[in-house]
Amino acid sequence: MKERFDAIVVGGGPAGCAAAYTLAKGGLAVLLVERGRFAGVKNMTGGVLYGPVLHDLIPEFWKEAPVERHVSRHVITFLSEKTSVSIDFNSAGLDQPLYDGFTVLRARFDRWFADKVEQAGGVVITGVRVDDLLWDGQRVVGIVAGGDRIPAEVVIAADGVNSVMAGKAGLGVKLSPENVNQGVKEVIKMRREVIEERFNVAGDGGAAMHFLGFCTRGVHGGGFLYTNKESLSLGVVVQLQALIENNLKSVELLEGFKAHPAVRELIKGGTTVEYSAHLVPAGGLRMVPRLYTDGLLVTGDAAALVLATGRALEGLNFALASGMAAAETVKLAKAKGDFSKETLSQYEKLLAESFVLRDLKKFEQSADFLENQRLYSLYPGLACSLAEKIFRVDGKPKKTVWQLAREEMKGKVSLWQLLRDGLAARRTI
Amino acid sequence: MSLMTIEQRLALNTYEVDTEPHIRLKEEICRQCERQSCLYVCPAECFKAREGKISFNHEGCLECGSCHISCSREAIEWSYPRGHFGVSYEYG
Ligand SMILES: Cc1cc2nc3c(=O)[nH]c(=O)nc-3n(C[C@H](O)[C@H](O)[C@H](O)COP(=O)(O)OP(=O)(O)OC[C@H]3O[C@@H](n4cnc5c(N)ncnc54)[C@H](O)[C@@H]3O)c2cc1C
Ligand code: SF4
Ligand code: SF4
Repeated sequence: MKERFDAIVVGGGPAGCAAAYTLAKGGLAVLLVERGRFAGVKNMTGGVLYGPVLHDLIPEFWKEAPVERHVSRHVITFLSEKTSVSIDFNSAGLDQPLYDGFTVLRARFDRWFADKVEQAGGVVITGVRVDDLLWDGQRVVGIVAGGDRIPAEVVIAADGVNSVMAGKAGLGVKLSPENVNQGVKEVIKMRREVIEERFNVAGDGGAAMHFLGFCTRGVHGGGFLYTNKESLSLGVVVQLQALIENNLKSVELLEGFKAHPAVRELIKGGTTVEYSAHLVPAGGLRMVPRLYTDGLLVTGDAAALVLATGRALEGLNFALASGMAAAETVKLAKAKGDFSKETLSQYEKLLAESFVLRDLKKFEQSADFLENQRLYSLYPGLACSLAEKIFRVDGKPKKTVWQLAREEMKGKVSLWQLLRDGLAARRTI
Repeated sequence: MSLMTIEQRLALNTYEVDTEPHIRLKEEICRQCERQSCLYVCPAECFKAREGKISFNHEGCLECGSCHISCSREAIEWSYPRGHFGVSYEYG
């Protein structure tokens, strides 16, 4: 490698590919290093890429990217042991550009994105793990990978949740069982027609379903089910601490989730073809470390830039946006010929102006709210038993919904507590 | 759908196993551990308890990082496998 790189990007996930693509497009000499045999081969996500961020970088990306289905139906389901209550949102508006979100499978999506980086003039090396940073005093000046020392003006750490690069630069996120959730997922193969009929979606439309309650046996976490073209992505996400405290294994929760009457019928006849696991930072803004130092910027999961609101998990769009902001900052630094932290501080300014830090700030209280055990154990069960009473015709004199609700709550939660939780939810969901 | 064993699950994935383990366990520390969180948090069940003794095998590892984050005794020396090695997903 004779070329002298302006920037080296560590990691070929959405953050790294977005950064490298932006830099290559801008005419900078950029190297992307990915440890997997190809980009995406190590990666897993639940699966919805939300929002129009990628459209800003690659207009109408859905026409060329290997996306699965656009989300045309959102469902939130509360589960008790045997019953379920759902909120089902269908909209024709979700069926048109700009779409609301797309389900993706990472081994395909990331690979496509890394190819785009190459096409734009970036150098992509796969199958190589970056082991260390190169230093000149207090300044990062390159990487060490596969025994080679590769210099560059700046390094962008996009190496995901267990970021070794950020750690080496002293910017690492303090990961603990309380602020990290574990996701386990199955990809279940299913015929296209079956998916469309069963999930009530047409063409390339798809369903994004989130579950709360019995899917995690009432502990901190939730379940998900997304439709792909010819498969389903099904999984549970649980706080590590909840597993430890309750002597639970995610895979047992996953089996229980699959066996629940509300889920069993949806996956019937499908064949499991993959089992994967991955962590996701879930501590919100207070978990976000210092984002830059001399010669280094931290992006995506490596910087814990993930929004967990209890409604959904958004990390892909945050990874993309932070990768793009890091690249814009590097372009500015290149123009000035100055890669010091003073210049790189522009990165934080860009993030503060965009949805990335704004949303994290807005939902700053979410992490605390999501600690509330009642959210996973009490309320899903209440919703189910209340619905059962409302809908069951048992020949006895009818009561109003309000009377039934009061009866259900009795001894389980006080009106005052419910009100307080409701108010907190208003600020955090 | 019937229940799957962890071995059946892991067999769905492709592995290129490195002879050098990427994760090492200081078993002498584990002897004093009561919590044994690794047994619950490892989604690949790479940690096993036999007669109270914890053993570890890196072959089925899904490279998630849960074990070293959860071990309060710092008994785990953790890294990703060298480039090329470890698990490969076809879907992801
Ligand atoms: C179960 C689950 C469900 C989720 N669901 C959603 C969802 O529906 N929607 C959403 O928006 N977000 C979701 N997320 C979050 C989202 O997946 C992440 O936020 C996102 O993938 C982060 O992207 P990234 O580029 O920062 O990191 P990653 O995608 O983790 O990419 C990091 C890359 O760096 C590589 N790498 C790591 N170390 C090295 C090294 N030393 N040398 C070379 N390469 C290295 C890795 O192989 C990888 O390719 C979910 C997460 C989980 C776990
Ligand atoms: S690895 Fe850590 S958690 Fe597991 S037994 Fe050893 S000391 Fe305990
Ligand atoms: S990294 Fe994850 S899969 Fe691998 S041994 Fe640790 S907990 Fe198990």
